[in-house]
Amino acid sequence: MNKIVSKEYFSANVVKLEVEAPLIARSRKAGHFVIVKIGKNGERIPLTIAGADLGKGTITLVIQAVGGSSKKICALNVGDEITDLVGPLGQATHIEKTGTVVCAGGGVGVAPLMPIVEAFHKAGNRVIVVLAARTKELVILEEQMRVNSDEVIIMTDDGSYGTKGLVTDGVESIINRERVDLCVTIGPAIMMKFVSALTKKYDIPTVASLNTIMVDGTGMCGACRITVGGKTKFVCVDGPEFDAHQVDFDEMLMRLSAYKDIEKK
Amino acid sequence: MTIEEQLTIRRTEPWREELRKSIKAKDRSTIERVHMNELDAEYRSHCNKEVNKGLTPQQARKEAQRCLDCAKPTCMEGCPVNINIPTFIKHIEAGEFLGAAKVLKETSALPAVCGRVCPQEKQCEAQCIHLKMKKEPVAIGYLERFAADYERESGHISIPETAQPNGIKIAVVGSGPAGLSFAGDMAKSGYDITVFEALHEIGGVLKYGIPEFRLPNEIVDVEIGILRKMGVNFLTNCIVGKTITYEDLHNDGFKGIFVASGAGLPNFMNIPGENLVGVMSSNEYLTRVNLMNAGHPESDTPVLIGKKVAVIGGGNTAMDSVRTARRLGAERSMIVYRRSEEEMPARIEEVKHAKEEGIEILTLHNPIEYIGDEQGRVKQMRLQKMALGEPDASGRCRPVAIEGAIETIDVDEVIVSIGVSPNPLIPSTFQGLKVSKWGTIIVNESTMQSALGDIYAGGDIVRGGATVILAMGDGRRAAAAMHEHLMIINHP
Ligand SMILES: Cc1cc2nc3c(=O)[nH]c(=O)nc-3n(C[C@H](O)[C@H](O)[C@H](O)COP(=O)(O)OP(=O)(O)OC[C@H]3O[C@@H](n4cnc5c(N)ncnc54)[C@H](O)[C@@H]3O)c2cc1C
Ligand SMILES: Cc1cc2nc3c(=O)[nH]c(=O)nc-3n(C[C@H](O)[C@H](O)[C@H](O)COP(=O)(O)OP(=O)(O)OC[C@H]3O[C@@H](n4cnc5c(N)ncnc54)[C@H](O)[C@@H]3O)c2cc1C
Ligand code: FES
Repeated sequence: MNKIVSKEYFSANVVKLEVEAPLIARSRKAGHFVIVKIGKNGERIPLTIAGADLGKGTITLVIQAVGGSSKKICALNVGDEITDLVGPLGQATHIEKTGTVVCAGGGVGVAPLMPIVEAFHKAGNRVIVVLAARTKELVILEEQMRVNSDEVIIMTDDGSYGTKGLVTDGVESIINRERVDLCVTIGPAIMMKFVSALTKKYDIPTVASLNTIMVDGTGMCGACRITVGGKTKFVCVDGPEFDAHQVDFDEMLMRLSAYKDIEKK
Repeated sequence: MTIEEQLTIRRTEPWREELRKSIKAKDRSTIERVHMNELDAEYRSHCNKEVNKGLTPQQARKEAQRCLDCAKPTCMEGCPVNINIPTFIKHIEAGEFLGAAKVLKETSALPAVCGRVCPQEKQCEAQCIHLKMKKEPVAIGYLERFAADYERESGHISIPETAQPNGIKIAVVGSGPAGLSFAGDMAKSGYDITVFEALHEIGGVLKYGIPEFRLPNEIVDVEIGILRKMGVNFLTNCIVGKTITYEDLHNDGFKGIFVASGAGLPNFMNIPGENLVGVMSSNEYLTRVNLMNAGHPESDTPVLIGKKVAVIGGGNTAMDSVRTARRLGAERSMIVYRRSEEEMPARIEEVKHAKEEGIEILTLHNPIEYIGDEQGRVKQMRLQKMALGEPDASGRCRPVAIEGAIETIDVDEVIVSIGVSPNPLIPSTFQGLKVSKWGTIIVNESTMQSALGDIYAGGDIVRGGATVILAMGDGRRAAAAMHEHLMIINHP
């Protein structure tokens, strides 16, 4: 069960794994995610399903090592098994031909952004990707994004690669030069907060895919809850994608830090 | 033969007549009710070991002597699945402990579990004849547990006989008590059973909810092991309605489906500050601790360790949460409940144990707001003081707010334990099911059959948050009805 059939490094700490999961491969759609757990004492963590091969009965995961559990998964090799893998979870992305779609990603959001970029591009949209990172070494998945989009704009905080500036500067430069019909943003909550504030100013519909803390991923615990339009929502069953302009990002930021002190240990 | 006639036949077996006559009823009534052997309260509130240690054979036989072996055993009426209580107790009195376990298993799929978690004081023991004589009831629950434990520990645990495999595939959704008991009965009848479970562990609430100190996992695992030996297949990490659909199950040749997906959705109160860091559902808290083993150094899953923990609610889930918090090191752990102790739905034994472990019980208080610090962590709760008013539809007194009486208490962790709702996934993805306004699946009460003929349902998904014994009873009833239905279809 859940055997890893191929592994590829996108960068030193970003890994693509192809995993046997025939039932999930059969039922998944773009935007769905899985929960994985490595080993008996492992943590359950959510990962977006980046792609699937029905013939082989496999799904693809792109994982960025940021902490204990994601590092454990990245360290697995071909032939190893993922102890527990469950999905597909969440609501599928609403993909349609809308025109020009700006996909803005940074940090942990770049990996889950990939399948969405691909799906919007396949649906015939003009897709412009803005990838943001602190510095050149941290820019990931650039090649993969280029293949699946019309343009990739790189923004770095220190100007060591692409244009110097924040992700919002990149998005605003596009808005200033052409009509944007939809913006999709995935990344650190603080980044999504600012992207959302920017697009709200220009009245551009914006979808944020929220990477909250999760436990079961099936609506059973409420660890993933956030406030959208004044109402409490469970990201794992109601999301992960929401109208960014309705999301209370300040609350989300606060909730994401719940285990910071413990995880650092 | 009527149930009464069956009871009489067993009651008039010569060994039992003799046993009954061996001690006078009056002498039986004067024996004091046994006390459960328990771990010391201070010791146990710092570890996860099971609190109740069980009865010794001597204690059990003595307690069994208290049972008058009534001709009309009212205790059985109090049991939701009508266990033949006097018969099993008299086996214990006679020292036939394995025989007692066998009697239990005629009716109950999980006696070791029910002996530990049933609210006996509201069921069988509430109907015991001794109460009418102003005496304490026979400790039926302790005796049930004793017989089941004896059998398990004896190494002579019997694997029920299974009929010739009939090749008919049946799916079970969910591996809680309803699903497990259904699977057991259907396997006995020769069906090819697959239990689909969304989580990575089998057992439902018995594993992720009820803590080790009340129901050790080992006990549930033994039951699961027996089912495996009977040929039941388990598929974990498989969510019916997501990983596989109703149509997939049909295409894969399943001829019947039993939905036992439970009531796993946590309710919140929707009051200000409820999304602060440190405020969580009891499901999250207990799942982290029981299912994910958080709190153990080897586990990767973190859990917040509060020093001043408030648990909102008065049910078993609330008691389990507050006692867990205590074990994880809370200096102050308190229950906040809006009615009085009388109305608390928790088992009386849990409330008693909680108090012994130093849990504070704040009744007639209801949270109205949580206040956070600059980092969004909960630091205080504002409680509205309540008084009891007229009884409501449930017969319990309705709590009413005392205007202006508000209290603020410092806390660093709040666990919301005010009930659960049915899991909506199956009702929303199985087109054609009839669902009540509470989200429960509507079934025929005697057969557990739903509006979709091949689908039966039972346990919390039908009743809302209920009890283990009711879930188990539903599983057994559904198995009997589905078996009968399939036999008629296949052998018209
Ligand atoms: C629906 C969903 C889909 C996801 N898809 C992917 C994916 O396809 N690929 C991928 O690499 N990651 C994805 N993530 C994020 C991934 O689940 C987290 O990176 C992972 O749980 C971190 O666990 P850890 O133990 O490795 O790190 P931790 O030790 O828990 O954290 C390490 C650091 O990362 C930060 N962090 C942890 N979790 C998150 C988070 N959820 N969002 C932002 N920062 C966080 C922490 O604050 C900390 O600084 C997804 C998250 C969600 C909710
Ligand atoms: C903390 C706690 C303490 C309790 N204490 C007591 C007590 O002392 N005494 C008592 O009698 N009762 C107690 N209860 C209540 C009792 O546990 C429940 O009534 C009982 O477990 C219900 O059984 P069930 O089989 O219907 O569902 P559950 O035990 O809830 O099991 C349902 C299972 O189905 C799985 N599932 C759900 N949806 C799907 C799907 N789509 N596909 C696959 N699997 C799915 C779930 O993951 C779960 O494992 C307690 C409950 C809790 C939460
Ligand atoms: S992760 Fe538990 S409810 Fe969403």
